[in-house]
Amino acid sequence: MACSATAKILQPLSIRSAEKSESCGKMLSPSSFLGSTPLPKKLFSVNKTISPLARRSATIVAVSSDVVKEKKLKSTQNLLITKEEGLVLYEDMYLGRAFEDMCAQMYYRGKMFGFVHLYNGQEAVSTGFIKLLKKEDCVVSTYRDHVHALSKGVPARQVMSELFGKNTGCCRGQGGSMHMFSKEHNVLGGFAFIGEGIPVATGAAFTSKYKREVFKEDCDEVTLAFFGDGTCNNGQFFECLNMAALWKLPIVFVVENNLWAIGMSHLRSTSDPQIWKKGPAFGMPGVHVDGMDVLKVREVAKEAVSRARRGEGPTLVECETYRFRGHSLADPDELRDPAEKAHYATRDPITALKKYVIENKLASEAELKAIEKKIDEEIEEAVEFADESPVPERSQLLENVFADPKGFGIGPDGKYRCEDPKFTQGTAQV
Amino acid sequence: MLIKILRQYQVHVVAGGGGAPTSFLYKTFRNSSSSSSSVKKMTVREALNSALDEEMSADRRVLLMGEEVGEYQGAYKVSKGLLQKHGPERVVDTPITEAGFTGIGIGAAYYGLRPVVEFMTFNFAMQAMDHIINSAAKTNYMSAANISVPIVFRGPNGAAAGVGAQHSQCYAAWYGSVPGLKVLAPYSSEDARGLLKAAIRDPGPVVFLENELLYGEAFPVSDEVVDSSFCIPIGKAKIEKQGKHVTITSFSKMVGFSLKAAEILAEDGIDAEVINLRSIRPLDRSTINGSVRKTNRLVTVEEGFPQHGVGAEICASIVEDSFDYLDAPVERIGGADVPMPYAANLERMALPQVEDIVRAAKRLI
Repeated sequence: MACSATAKILQPLSIRSAEKSESCGKMLSPSSFLGSTPLPKKLFSVNKTISPLARRSATIVAVSSDVVKEKKLKSTQNLLITKEEGLVLYEDMYLGRAFEDMCAQMYYRGKMFGFVHLYNGQEAVSTGFIKLLKKEDCVVSTYRDHVHALSKGVPARQVMSELFGKNTGCCRGQGGSMHMFSKEHNVLGGFAFIGEGIPVATGAAFTSKYKREVFKEDCDEVTLAFFGDGTCNNGQFFECLNMAALWKLPIVFVVENNLWAIGMSHLRSTSDPQIWKKGPAFGMPGVHVDGMDVLKVREVAKEAVSRARRGEGPTLVECETYRFRGHSLADPDELRDPAEKAHYATRDPITALKKYVIENKLASEAELKAIEKKIDEEIEEAVEFADESPVPERSQLLENVFADPKGFGIGPDGKYRCEDPKFTQGTAQV
Repeated sequence: MLIKILRQYQVHVVAGGGGAPTSFLYKTFRNSSSSSSSVKKMTVREALNSALDEEMSADRRVLLMGEEVGEYQGAYKVSKGLLQKHGPERVVDTPITEAGFTGIGIGAAYYGLRPVVEFMTFNFAMQAMDHIINSAAKTNYMSAANISVPIVFRGPNGAAAGVGAQHSQCYAAWYGSVPGLKVLAPYSSEDARGLLKAAIRDPGPVVFLENELLYGEAFPVSDEVVDSSFCIPIGKAKIEKQGKHVTITSFSKMVGFSLKAAEILAEDGIDAEVINLRSIRPLDRSTINGSVRKTNRLVTVEEGFPQHGVGAEICASIVEDSFDYLDAPVERIGGADVPMPYAANLERMALPQVEDIVRAAKRLI
């Protein structure tokens, strides 16, 4: 039963859900849940029913959030990351930001086209979660998937040339911005419909469990499903929460709650805006975390991922984050309050991590600058590579429709059409 | 009402070349006395069951998931005995969440398994249409072969008896228009076994359209069919009966009707050639065209709605490739252009009957 399972985890670690189902999950300090309108006091009354254990853990969280704001020095054993980890996180977030900014530039120059959805501002979630994964773990995302692919390890030049529509892209130019797939890095997409990726991610987690039970392999692969606040009202989300909890699948459902679904505010479209609460309703822990702080996200992610690896089942993590740009590059972004945007701009995750790293003497300003320079060069090189790559040839139009090409059927001469040497040249009649 | 339907089925069954009569209470009457002693008989249900069983035994990555496939032994008993033999990890009873479990099956296929997803009927699969088309059919293309989806979607398709409008639609034309999918429609037990095995072994997504009323019908099967490595190639139609005056193309249950119509036409001296399409996508245009070039006349028969149907596609294909060989316009027979009514006499009028096929063929001669 979900509640007794979570009780066991409560003791050793700092972030978890509480024992009682009605108070499961939330360890907040009052300032950490911020929306575009001030929330009514009654939302925070939840705090009163939180059990003592959870309240104590709320204090621990508050301390780590203060780490970023306050200037006091700490000895290294209280720090959440080592120097190497800090540099890795910084590099990954900066890569995501620089890449997305370059995408915007290229789009307005006409090199990129169609729908492009940028991830600026949300880098902490991607980096915080994906940098904990192994290569065999899977990531399933939405159309805002460039940075998820980059964090998982797909080279920037491949993602850039995919966006340019060249045949050296990770999907040879056939997928585009919204459909980043990589077998090597186990990025299972890139889906245009919201909610579409959640069952696919649940299926990949099902495969991990199947490998353990039927193949008897020692498989502890975990799947992460990333999706937004708008998706949490979609039927498929609930169907998958049910099945993942029912079958104890090794999956983490990561909600990137950036408060806006194109122009629809989360508060206008959701009866209960606290998404983390939907986890316990299905028997899994629901956790809320400040998604603008990569260290906090990383702590929660560690716990959720190791829970899944141990076979204890899914977790729902709501990351409160914000996208600095509009929904896509075609969105004029008129509905959002500039004051809200300004507020979140002060909580930029990259600046926050930089401050933490420097103040805690983990690295010097020069080292960080060196990383930034390296990334900038990498992005420039990626753009050059994409520019110089050829567009797909005509023959590529008919390729890869089927994994087994005989699916094109039998031609008038009685042989399989795909065996005709002229099949993919010029005008094939299929 | 029951008598009329039984009579209709007796007629149908006799035409099929010896099958057991079926009742609409889903009981199977096994034909225990074999009239020709050396020929084995197998019902379509047994054929599907044995095909699933053999493929699951041969490859541990194959699993079956769907509503009621496990403990209930299958909504139409197609998966009878599989749970007991292969265990609950491989025969998975899902909650009633078509979109959810179809997506899960597809995700499992992305990551290395070979699931068979059963829909209680393909009408329910409309709730999962997004996943079948967008997550399964298009993925090999969108990912440029990074991710292939070796999955089979199977279940009953088309009209049953008196089940009403929301349970009676035929989806062959809808799925048949999507690039990236293979769509199969078996008729006999041999078709069912061979095509299901081919579908499970296929590395891409396959939609397998069965027919509920055919489940209980028994067909003679040769030893080759019973062998566990038996497989039918996808994309090839079968000429069930050779002829020279008119070509009748059909699939699934309509093949039986077409064969019966051919018998009636033979009494009037019209020698009809009956083609069992077997594969809606890819369509075996070469066989159909070859047949029309021989007979010069074509009747297409299907159970689904006529507009934008399979018959329309065949007609266009003939006009494109064999126009000069046609001696008469193509006759398209489909279901009536209405949602399926409930009343038995109206339902009978809404579906093609043997007389309709006979009349259409005679109009061409």
